[in-house]
Amino acid sequence: MKNRQKRFSFIGLGFLLIAGAAALVLSAFEDNIVFFHSPTEIVNKFRAQKLKPAQRLRVGGLVEKGSVTKVSDGATNRFKVTDLNNSIIVEFRGILPDLFREGQGIVAEGFYQNNIFNATDVLAKHDETYMPPEVAEALKKSGQWKPQ
Amino acid sequence: MINYFANPTRFLKIAKGLQPIVALIAVGSILTGLYYSLIQSPPDYQQSETVRMMYVHVPAAWMAMFCYVALAGFSSVLLIWRHIVADILAKSTAPIGACFTFLALATGSLWGKPMWGTWWVWDARLTSVLILFLLYLGYMVLYNAFDDRSRGARAAAILSIVGVINVPIIKFSVDWWNTLHQPASVIKMDGPAIHSSMLTPLILMAVGYTSLFIWILLIRARAELNLQKVHALKIRLAKV
Repeated sequence: MKNRQKRFSFIGLGFLLIAGAAALVLSAFEDNIVFFHSPTEIVNKFRAQKLKPAQRLRVGGLVEKGSVTKVSDGATNRFKVTDLNNSIIVEFRGILPDLFREGQGIVAEGFYQNNIFNATDVLAKHDETYMPPEVAEALKKSGQWKPQ
Repeated sequence: MINYFANPTRFLKIAKGLQPIVALIAVGSILTGLYYSLIQSPPDYQQSETVRMMYVHVPAAWMAMFCYVALAGFSSVLLIWRHIVADILAKSTAPIGACFTFLALATGSLWGKPMWGTWWVWDARLTSVLILFLLYLGYMVLYNAFDDRSRGARAAAILSIVGVINVPIIKFSVDWWNTLHQPASVIKMDGPAIHSSMLTPLILMAVGYTSLFIWILLIRARAELNLQKVHALKIRLAKV
């Protein structure tokens, strides 16, 4: 084997080992790498009593249609976040992002207590489709609109 | 073919001829690309005018990853074949890649505030791109950390090859984990999810950024080769 081939296989082998190590580390930390949990995951964890009383969490999902209301104090928003299987009631006192509306994907950060998610922050998610408003209108009219 | 380009004199000759061509492509496509992205293209149905951030952000993020793959490629050629030109190209790529990564992070932050409602979150995509930026910085620091230039070059080359594992993590982070960042729009299985009126300026900008990278790379590599020549001459003079 020439020196060059030796170096080549050395680098190739080393790279494979490191890739393997990275894959193991990432799969082990999966639960910490995810940015948010779905309502189903949170409800299941709560039922299994795996949530600490003051554990900060992020819940992500769609704002359920027709669920956005104001609480009687006039400043707290209350809405449901759903993954289409389960939904969680979220309460948030503050300014909602511009993209927030019914059917939109959002991520709320806060605490889950007494079946209510008290959010300290609400972030908006948007999907990967980009199109002019006229095209979106036309798609909606022809019935080919695929909501996120 | 690798041996063909390893000759510095031949490389200098090719680089000199190539440079005005890529310069022309870079300036031409960035100018038309900017016109299309800022004036000609329509606003987005969801994000309205804010979508124009995409045309500077997305190509910068692509280039950040592209430059890193190039850096790791040059580094492997350096380690396996021990070619001077590969060393010079790797050394010249790193700061350009770091700039593109910084640009992607900065424009992404400016875009994130109005759309998501935050400048920064520690989700898998944003964090892995920050790691990419730190890898570039680490490469440059390590390269210059040795008195003996070739030792620094080799140590940094190893770092860059180890770090290339981060590139697929960046690309697939949005598919493997829940992230705030949305999944890929252009390079995905069932075709781009961008309307053609917005895809055209994006592609123009991507072509512009790529040729800008090659343009700056050629300038830097030529300067670096000349610097080494000067250095070698100085040593020879000092010995005499």
